[in-house]
Amino acid sequence: MHIPIATPRPTSSQARLLLRCFGYLRPHWKLTAGAYLTMLVIDAFNMLNPQLLRWTIDKGILAGDFRLLGLASLALLGLVILKGVLTYFQGRWTETASQNVAYDLRNELQRKITLLSFSFHDQAQAGDLLSRAIQDVERIRFLTGRATFRVAEGVVMMLATAAVMIVMNPRLALLAVLAIPLLAYQSIRFGRVFRPLSRLIQEQLAALTTRVEQNLRGARVVKTFAQEEQEIRRFEDENQRWFELASTSARLQAVHMPLLQWIANISSVGILLYGGMLVINGQLTIGELVAFTTYMGQLVSPVRYLGMILPAIAMAAASAERIFDILDRAPEVREQPGARPLEICEGRVRFENVSFAYGQNRVLREISFEAQPNQVVALLGPNGSGKTSIVNLIPRFYDPTEGRICIDGTDIREVTLASLRGQIGMVLQETTLFEASIRENISFGRPDASEEEIIAAARAAQAHDFIVQSANGYDTAVGERGVTLSGGQKQRLAIARALLTDPRILILDDATSSVDSETEHRIQLALERVMQGRTTFVIAHRLSTVQRADLILVLEKGRIAARGQHAELLKSSPLYASICQQQLKGQGRN
Amino acid sequence: MGFGIGVSNPGMGPRGALDSFSGGEEDRRGAVFNKRVVTRMLAYLRPYRRQMTLAVLTMLVITALTLLTPYLLKLAIDQAITHGDREELIRLSVYTALAYTALYGATAVQQYLLSWVGQRVLANLRSELFAHLQKLSLGYHDTHIVGVTVSRVMNDVAAINELLSQGVITLAGDVLVLAGIMAIMLSMSSYLALLAFTVLPLMVLATWWFSSRARGAFRRTRTSVARVVGDLAEDISGVRVIQAFGQENTSQERFNQVNEANRDANISAMNLSFIFLPAIEFLGVLATVIVLWFGGQAVAREAVTLGTLVAFLSYVTRFFQPVQELSRMVTTLQSAMAGGEQVLRLLDTPPEVQDRPGAVELTLDGAPRIDFEAVDFRYRPGLPIVLSGLDLSILPGQTVALVGATGAGKSSIANLIARFYEVERGAVKINGVDVRDVTQTSLRRQIGLVPQDAFLFSGSIADNIRYGRPDATDAEVEQAARLANAHEFISARPEGYQTLVQEGAANLSVGQRQLVCIARAILTDPRILILDEATSNVDSLTEALIQDALRALFQGRTSVVIAHRLSTIRNADLICVVEGGRVVEQGRHAELLARGGAYAALYQRQFGGGGQPEAGHS
Repeated sequence: MHIPIATPRPTSSQARLLLRCFGYLRPHWKLTAGAYLTMLVIDAFNMLNPQLLRWTIDKGILAGDFRLLGLASLALLGLVILKGVLTYFQGRWTETASQNVAYDLRNELQRKITLLSFSFHDQAQAGDLLSRAIQDVERIRFLTGRATFRVAEGVVMMLATAAVMIVMNPRLALLAVLAIPLLAYQSIRFGRVFRPLSRLIQEQLAALTTRVEQNLRGARVVKTFAQEEQEIRRFEDENQRWFELASTSARLQAVHMPLLQWIANISSVGILLYGGMLVINGQLTIGELVAFTTYMGQLVSPVRYLGMILPAIAMAAASAERIFDILDRAPEVREQPGARPLEICEGRVRFENVSFAYGQNRVLREISFEAQPNQVVALLGPNGSGKTSIVNLIPRFYDPTEGRICIDGTDIREVTLASLRGQIGMVLQETTLFEASIRENISFGRPDASEEEIIAAARAAQAHDFIVQSANGYDTAVGERGVTLSGGQKQRLAIARALLTDPRILILDDATSSVDSETEHRIQLALERVMQGRTTFVIAHRLSTVQRADLILVLEKGRIAARGQHAELLKSSPLYASICQQQLKGQGRN
Repeated sequence: MGFGIGVSNPGMGPRGALDSFSGGEEDRRGAVFNKRVVTRMLAYLRPYRRQMTLAVLTMLVITALTLLTPYLLKLAIDQAITHGDREELIRLSVYTALAYTALYGATAVQQYLLSWVGQRVLANLRSELFAHLQKLSLGYHDTHIVGVTVSRVMNDVAAINELLSQGVITLAGDVLVLAGIMAIMLSMSSYLALLAFTVLPLMVLATWWFSSRARGAFRRTRTSVARVVGDLAEDISGVRVIQAFGQENTSQERFNQVNEANRDANISAMNLSFIFLPAIEFLGVLATVIVLWFGGQAVAREAVTLGTLVAFLSYVTRFFQPVQELSRMVTTLQSAMAGGEQVLRLLDTPPEVQDRPGAVELTLDGAPRIDFEAVDFRYRPGLPIVLSGLDLSILPGQTVALVGATGAGKSSIANLIARFYEVERGAVKINGVDVRDVTQTSLRRQIGLVPQDAFLFSGSIADNIRYGRPDATDAEVEQAARLANAHEFISARPEGYQTLVQEGAANLSVGQRQLVCIARAILTDPRILILDEATSNVDSLTEALIQDALRALFQGRTSVVIAHRLSTIRNADLICVVEGGRVVEQGRHAELLARGGAYAALYQRQFGGGGQPEAGHS
């Protein structure tokens, strides 16, 4: 499953895509220009070498001049050393430039990926994104590096040879040069067939990557249900599909690419025949004909390169399409031009008639409420009633489809994202920690925090004790199962991480769900302290958290079904009462 | 579900795991090529002997035709043109054209065969890797980063393919041409030939220097690209946190670093080839100069004819063409070798949990008995012990609840029943049969496990529910969803059961995911049901409904329930308090409360802290 591409853009021609790829060489134009200039010098050397050799034979060996022979030999060696040095720099420059293109593209992709809104990531597959950033970029790198270089080198050699041939015998040369448009036509025709196929192959590769990635992430589920065989079968299906596409492409290449060589060869036979007749007619010397056929060989040898490179170029174009598809996406949540930083004085959060839909799926309808400064607002309701959606709107992870949200009277769409999110501390429903030390994870939102501040945050989140007991204290790596952290410990780290940023607005989404009761109790105590002086939104299924809230919003199917405080709601809202009832059933019996 | 770095962490290991997996032993072997890798990789060609034989035959045809066409040209000049024989010229031209056409046919056939075999082998190798990954135990998945393993299956394998498909035949062809030219040179003038060959030792030396260096350099590129994959994978999985904390810049800086390291590793690896290739060319010209110098004097002495010298020179040039090709191949060879090593290492990783030879199928007629006998367990050697001397008996049809602090070992008990890991000492028995004596597949078919992390695959909700029983009918799927209380929210969707599961909380909340997981487990109708925090994110209203449904479901099954909310396990037949890797207390709810021990304390803490108001409702 790949990211559905909204606009297939059949119009974007191969040429335009490739041109855009070459645009990435612009910052490295000095390296590229250097490499291509060096190539010209090397080509000149290549033309000189046979002349030097012939001269050595004619003037040195045949004339028995050993001093000249020695000199010529030294000259040959000197020339090859010079050429070697130039080749080294040419290679290095080309490689450096193209590696830089890959580097820039990957940076840009990573940047775009971190900037794109949640709505993009809800649909994107990690495997597919990875395959774009690795394999597809690699193809562009090859294109902007050696591939194009070889083509250019080949073209220069062709032109130079053609020039020499024309000087020697224009009529015969015409015959030789005639092959060139034929070659060009064949190449273009091939590219037209090959590019769509190439794109299909890339997509199939991405699908394969996604299969592997999903399977590895779900390894536990696969094992639980003993579905290894079926997983293998599914993979085989995708793999077989890839193989069929790849072998179709192999057949196409095998038929089309040697055809170029054949065209070139047949035209050299034409030269032999026509030239031979000219010799017989006395219009051409044998020496000239031999030289001509030699040059013909030189003229067509780059064709072999073209045969190898053309598919690579077609593949690069397909890859470019996949890369630019990401790069050209605009984040759905954007800063307005002239957005200014948000300054939260009071921390009053107001929802005005907010509706929100994920695509077709309407999750919030006409939500209006106001959280007074430093209040605790509890969101309550069945699964899927829209609790998480409400809190996701506050830091603008998504924008409402209708209505607006104001903090201290300012529409949050008018302020910068950094200033908005910088003042909101979130503990998300899914505890995502990074593969790094505990310290780095806590200081994630404020990399410059001091050791004391980190410890203070950890203490406040009831995490300090278990951290100190871990193998390497705050340097313990977060990762492997069973090695370091339990679910509850991870959650406390996430809380510490949020606290360290000292946010004005605190959002706790299910923050204590996978924690045992003792730990929960300790976290509760901690949270009560840290909630002071902040406007807090809490989503919790446990009543004890909710009861103390200043404002309880009971949600049902995306609407606020009831609001108020615990005592009033018990009386006024049957839904709230029944939720409480269920919660208390356990305790009630005893 | 999110990209479980922290939540469930299947597949996330500390950085150390990445190091141990893809590098860190760069200087261990410096050979030109690893014989073990090559022989094992070549073995993959064996099933395609026919195609490869045909490819070799076409190679011979191609070589012959390539040698024939210059000869035809020579004939045309010497016999037709010089003698003014137009007919002969036309005839020879036609022959040449035919030879070229045959060459085209042979080349096309050869190319197709080689690519076909190469891609077939590539697909086979990927399948084998994938199948092997299915065999590996959870222990492997716990310690290896998903992105890196993906890179093994997708990237490293492709590097090997290049060697196998194009490499082998190019190698063979070049060697053949080399041998032929050497023979011709020796027969023309052994004096000049031997002189020309003096550069060969130098060439071997240069190749040795290059390959020993290149090996490390290319392996470094593999490591560095794996780091890029790993870092990017982490950015993608953690993107919500990155944005929540406004850390886009930090993550970009970190990525820049690994990206830069990868770029530099690639440049320095290629740098070696840029030194090596001109060096080989230099040696070629050196050979030419040697022939020129000594040959020139020999011509002057009239020991050798000029014609021979000229021919010789052209042969020297031709001799070094395949050598250069071969040298260029070294680069391909190096990265194939580096990739091959990684792939083999993965293929050779033995699964920690394996079916014993002669393992039998586990068949259960009704709810079984489960026994833990003095079980010691740790996740890996060197890690702290998780369970020590655990004894536990679960009678047929019982519902057992495991309670205790996080990290006490409750999930480990569940993992051991399904034999995801091996016990260190003691035994886990089902109906008195050690789980190590039965096949893993038959064991797990009997178990329905609802895991903590509520992982769903991308695909439709129906596909996910059907996961354990792909042949289930739509009615059965719906039935299971109803039992799990998932039907209502699923059918409220415009696309119903065909709703696609997406990443993030956009279309399914964690609680809803848990319900789908329960439906998935119910559908397989297991004899043993394990609920590991299965309803921790479900709202209390729904949870109560599920509890009722589950009570019916527990009939006729042996069930193990792990829960933090003690309210959910009150009705269990047996409650076990797990602490420090052993069961410290067991009994029924009322007994345990009366005893006033560990359970009573837990209970107090859960309902004592915020519990006063509730007391009024009882």
